[in-house]
Amino acid sequence: MARTPRQPTTPAPDVPATLEANTVGSAVTKGRRTFLRRSGAWVGSGVALAALGDKLYGVPSKYEAGVIRNVPKNQAQYISAASRTPLGDLDGIITPSGLFYERHHGGVPVIDPLQHRLMLHGLVKNPLLFTVDELRRLPSISRIHFLECSGNPVYTKPYGKTASDLVGLVSCGEWTGVSLKLLLDEAGLMPGAAWVMAEGADAAAMTRSVPLDKCLDDALVVYSQNGERLRPEQGYPLRLLLPGFEGNMNVKWLRRLKVTDAPVHSREETSKYTDLLPNGKAREFTFYMEAKSIITSPSGGQKIPGAGFVEIRGIAWSGHGKVVRVDVSVDGGSTWTQASLQEPVLTRALTRFRYPWQWNGRPAVIASRVVDETGYVQPAFEQLVGERGVNSFYHNNAIQPWRVADSGEVFNGNG
Amino acid sequence: MATADRTPTACGVLRTVAAALLLTLSAPSIAQTRYGIGRAATPAEVAAWNIDVEPDGRNFPPGQGTVAHGRDVYNAQCAACHGANGEGGMGDRLTGGAGTLATDKPVKTVGSYWPYAPTLFDYIRRAMPLTAPQSLSNEDVYAVSGYVLYLNGLVPDTAVIDGKALTSLKMPNRDGFIADPRPDVKNRECMTNCAK
Repeated sequence: MARTPRQPTTPAPDVPATLEANTVGSAVTKGRRTFLRRSGAWVGSGVALAALGDKLYGVPSKYEAGVIRNVPKNQAQYISAASRTPLGDLDGIITPSGLFYERHHGGVPVIDPLQHRLMLHGLVKNPLLFTVDELRRLPSISRIHFLECSGNPVYTKPYGKTASDLVGLVSCGEWTGVSLKLLLDEAGLMPGAAWVMAEGADAAAMTRSVPLDKCLDDALVVYSQNGERLRPEQGYPLRLLLPGFEGNMNVKWLRRLKVTDAPVHSREETSKYTDLLPNGKAREFTFYMEAKSIITSPSGGQKIPGAGFVEIRGIAWSGHGKVVRVDVSVDGGSTWTQASLQEPVLTRALTRFRYPWQWNGRPAVIASRVVDETGYVQPAFEQLVGERGVNSFYHNNAIQPWRVADSGEVFNGNG
Repeated sequence: MATADRTPTACGVLRTVAAALLLTLSAPSIAQTRYGIGRAATPAEVAAWNIDVEPDGRNFPPGQGTVAHGRDVYNAQCAACHGANGEGGMGDRLTGGAGTLATDKPVKTVGSYWPYAPTLFDYIRRAMPLTAPQSLSNEDVYAVSGYVLYLNGLVPDTAVIDGKALTSLKMPNRDGFIADPRPDVKNRECMTNCAK
């Protein structure tokens, strides 16, 4: 059955009155035409109606239809799966909401915000229950932060071909919500409070324990992303945001926060998001995403059209704060030169860098290396593997080399 | 009630209890909060939502289950994804892998990797089966937790599993986890002649 364009039952306040009821009556049609003529937009009523009426939520040009999230081919099933941001196709530091990477552990639930509640209980004086509207009444905060999956990418072969294959589980958005500290203050912490367990309303009832210090620092309970309500894949209607912490801890579809004296040792923080070392021991509670950068243009799968000027562009970020510099090498890591950073440079947010390069048309290996405000320098893959082995799975923040062939085609510089 | 201790007569105790009941039944007050937005979560609401069990045994629901019943639950609800004997498939492998964690091909299963048996109960109750999470009875969850442990050789086939049994079971990899030591790798800001 064909879908008809949805007509708003009440006009938005900023829509001219002549557009209010464009479906009935010749007088109304005349009014609309008058309006269109006055605005200089007269192109025939059918075309104009289509242009206004069936794109009331705008979508990219049809010529950009290939810019979509990247779904890995090797996922066992799609209930617990991920899709990646097409990093090589994007500019700026804000990832469009529809291209924001997403990982879910029990599908993407459809949640009516009027039915949704957030419970805050445990070691608190006042166990509380909030509706989404009540949370929106509380003082709001907006901040720009990246979000990154802890396994971005893993250490083992086969290695990905494109920036998206390799590091596409990172995105950055403007988040609006309520300070978690404010909510905890409202509830009143009791002695012994040390952790906060966050639980989702998805089929996985995703559960992670968060140190109280982080909850009292910069954690948010978020309801909007990039100015609009969260997308379903991002946790609509509520999610936790823990800037700089691995993605899965930023529990989506957030329904419960329980203050505890110890971590609950959920499945996700014992059997899954732990980092196994060559000696058989595994690191647990590996929260922070360490500093990382990647050149996104030119990057794997792209082709430099010819010798001459090439602006090398990329993104850098750190879970520990701000990016302070990015160095770029165009000779396989022998020589490094400082790149320019694009303002704004925000804490725990993607930061753009660029570096002007005159490509001589000969094979080259290009790479970027970030330094964050703690002085931490992005490591080489060999350094990480030397310390952690290849089965550590998570927290690979290695320098990513790209190999430029004399044809201009760009390939992953690692095996 | 704490106030009852200070009330000298039985009549006074009853009045105190009646007042407390009335408070519980009417709209809960949140006068203590700064903004007065939201409402108090009642004890009954908290009890209904508070499903996580903890490794030290806190918050297990009443009940128990046998490994024998767990076999039936497993075959009906789990085997399609996790394999007839927990060998894995569309779902994670659940059994085996003992002694592999320090090798090139580690096999991480309930038996070889999970540090706490209560986590098994917690996860099955909240998230399994994948197609109908939170549909199993507590008895079924105890039973199938026991069966997965049995498949790993950690309990006998005659075992009756309850919260106490899960809490007291020391999993083989209980001591296999260490704190995060990062930053563990230190690169340097070399600018020239950096290639090895």
